[in-house]
Amino acid sequence: MKARVHVMLKNGVLDPQGAAVQHALGSLGFEGVENVRQGKVIELELAETDADKARSTVTAMCEKLLANTVIESYRVELT
Amino acid sequence: MHAAVIVFPGSNCDRDMAVAFERAGAKVSMVWHKDTALPEGVDIVGLPGGFSFGDYLRCGAIAANSPICRSVVEHANKGGYVIGLCNGFQILAETGLLPGALLRNASLKYVCRAIKLRVETSASVFTAGYNAGSEVTIPIAHHDGNYNADEETLARLNGDDRVAFRYAVNPNGSVQDIAGVLSENRRVLGMMPHPERMAESSHGGTDGAAMFRGLVDQIVHA
Repeated sequence: MKARVHVMLKNGVLDPQGAAVQHALGSLGFEGVENVRQGKVIELELAETDADKARSTVTAMCEKLLANTVIESYRVELT
Repeated sequence: MHAAVIVFPGSNCDRDMAVAFERAGAKVSMVWHKDTALPEGVDIVGLPGGFSFGDYLRCGAIAANSPICRSVVEHANKGGYVIGLCNGFQILAETGLLPGALLRNASLKYVCRAIKLRVETSASVFTAGYNAGSEVTIPIAHHDGNYNADEETLARLNGDDRVAFRYAVNPNGSVQDIAGVLSENRRVLGMMPHPERMAESSHGGTDGAAMFRGLVDQIVHA
């Protein structure tokens, strides 16, 4: 089973990289980009075949290591 | 006084920190990140600057989950002293021993220069050698030193006099110019600037030496 974890800075946490990307898009002539937030995607290949168990394990991984919940939120997607 | 300096792959200020402790009169043990226990009789643990584990995932995140860090957290929870400088501060924030987190600098640039810091409190073993309100010159060298914490945490830090240092001129976007914070029991300090790099005259200044002298003078060997 595969899991994809999306990690984003929480709303309200300033994202200077997103702001720089937004600025660069503007200078390339792409108009109307009102906000850019940059996050990361982590893909995991799991031996687990039970979706519920996989979700609970990956959630524990997020809480422990993959995300810093002080500043980041995460979303787990199983495929 | 016995100090343990933890060495991670990618640490690059571990020797500087050890020398600063030694010159102040401490006995120093270097401890590898894969060790699971601190040496007997360690009074203070130093988490040095550098780029532990290549800053992969998040600065300090992998180091915070290394075998030795479990012992460091235990040491702190038992009331032991811990100092984290630069990457060491990032590691302490990742372990949860200190509140908040260090984000990418607002300028997106790596900043490396000597700057002025204001000592906010002298009520800790780390800052007892300074006068609260005085300014000291200490270098910074970081890409991710932008301190961030929620309003409630900031109110608690300010209310409990736990902000140790603030930048005179904010170099990285840190909220409320915060450069270093103390734990609730005031025995854990994390700061982005590098006092160990301003600890003898050949460094171009000695404002950092008072911190290590203060630690050696004040921490009574257990």
